Amino acid sequence: MNINLTLIGQTLTFFVFVWFCAKYVWPALIAVMVEREKKIADGLQAAERADKDLELAQKKATQELSAAKEQAAAIVDQANKRATQIVDEAKEQAKAEGDRIVTAAKAEVEQETNRAKEALRSQVATLALAGAEKVLGQAIDAKAHNDLVSKLAADL
Amino acid sequence: MAGGQTSTEYIQHHLQNWTYGKLPEGYTRYDGTVLSESTWASAHSYQEAKDMGFTAVHVDTLGWSIFLGVLFLFVFSRVAKKATSDTPKGLQSFVELIVSFIDSTVKDTFHYKNRMVAPMGLTIFCWVFLMNFMDLIPVDWLPSLAAGIAGGDHFFFKVVPTTDPNATLGMAIGVFLLMIFFSIQQKGLIGFIKELTFHPFAPPTKGLAIVLAPLMIAINFILEFVSLIAKPISLGLRLFGNLYAGEMIFILIALMFSGGLLFGLFGGLLQWAWAVFHILVITLQAFVFMVLTTVYMAMAHDNHDESH
Repeated sequence: MNINLTLIGQTLTFFVFVWFCAKYVWPALIAVMVEREKKIADGLQAAERADKDLELAQKKATQELSAAKEQAAAIVDQANKRATQIVDEAKEQAKAEGDRIVTAAKAEVEQETNRAKEALRSQVATLALAGAEKVLGQAIDAKAHNDLVSKLAADL
Repeated sequence: MAGGQTSTEYIQHHLQNWTYGKLPEGYTRYDGTVLSESTWASAHSYQEAKDMGFTAVHVDTLGWSIFLGVLFLFVFSRVAKKATSDTPKGLQSFVELIVSFIDSTVKDTFHYKNRMVAPMGLTIFCWVFLMNFMDLIPVDWLPSLAAGIAGGDHFFFKVVPTTDPNATLGMAIGVFLLMIFFSIQQKGLIGFIKELTFHPFAPPTKGLAIVLAPLMIAINFILEFVSLIAKPISLGLRLFGNLYAGEMIFILIALMFSGGLLFGLFGGLLQWAWAVFHILVITLQAFVFMVLTTVYMAMAHDNHDESH
């Protein structure tokens, strides 16, 4: 337990160890620990940001979805309207066409009737004469009775 | 107890360091030979160790403390070199645990910018802990081994450096020198002297009372100087006292091993119990030494003029 040079030796050793630790041990370890701390903080921050992003995306998706729905409804509405319109138009057209056909038929019928009347008119004289000849049993002077027959035909 | 020592001899033998020193010319050695000139030699007796005076070295104290310090620095620097900022594994986790513990402790007490204090805290804590830890190795193992290798019962070998006041006071002196260095660096030489002389009683600067100023300064200086000197001495002696007492109790318990089977078993039980308790003491003393060093460094950085 004598105090001797060991005292100074121990002091010098102490300084050397502290110097070594301060130079080669402490800074490296602290740097690693600080770096890891930063990494973890960054990771947490990124996770938080991703969470927020997800929320935003979800909100946006909902918005888009409702907009699309609205648009679809509008389109269907319009289509319905258009369909009704087309049907109406078709109906009108059909009606017009029908009318036209009916009118044309009527006109043709009238024409045919007139034509038939004309034909009949032209044949009435002959038929009447032939009939009369049979009734009288003798030939009739066509010329003498032509006026009579023509009058009859005209009355027809 | 080797070679029929008495209990007193056994204890004395355990408390003597391996001393290598200079014996003066004309000195009569343990075996009766008279030295014709001053010689460096290992002490073979307590008296020789004492007579070597200041020009001697405790080889075991220095050897073990350097070995343990190098061991600590070797392990830590290896870990530091390989450390990754990814998930730490095994030894790195352990080392980081200690480092972050020291870091937070130092930050709690030391609020100034200094890249020296925290590493110093780590060095002190681990080094002192390892030196204290040697106390848990049964007291006879390493000395017996060393005596067996060196041959001869006179061979002194103490394995716990912190039970040598040279070691603890040596470290305390280191802390003390750093304290003074940082004081002067932070406050300047004038500031440091002012701190020693103008506190706690501010000397009068005006009027008739100025004649009392030298007296006040003298009183201040006595008070402050004593408290300044007391810091390293208490720092070193606290560690030494705790470990010396612990070592002494281990030696006393070890005495029982020569007293027969019953005493031996009882001694074994006691040694185990004391070792368990001592784990607390060695950790606590290492921690206290570190915290006090940090506090002293904080005091050295604390500028009174600015805080008042």
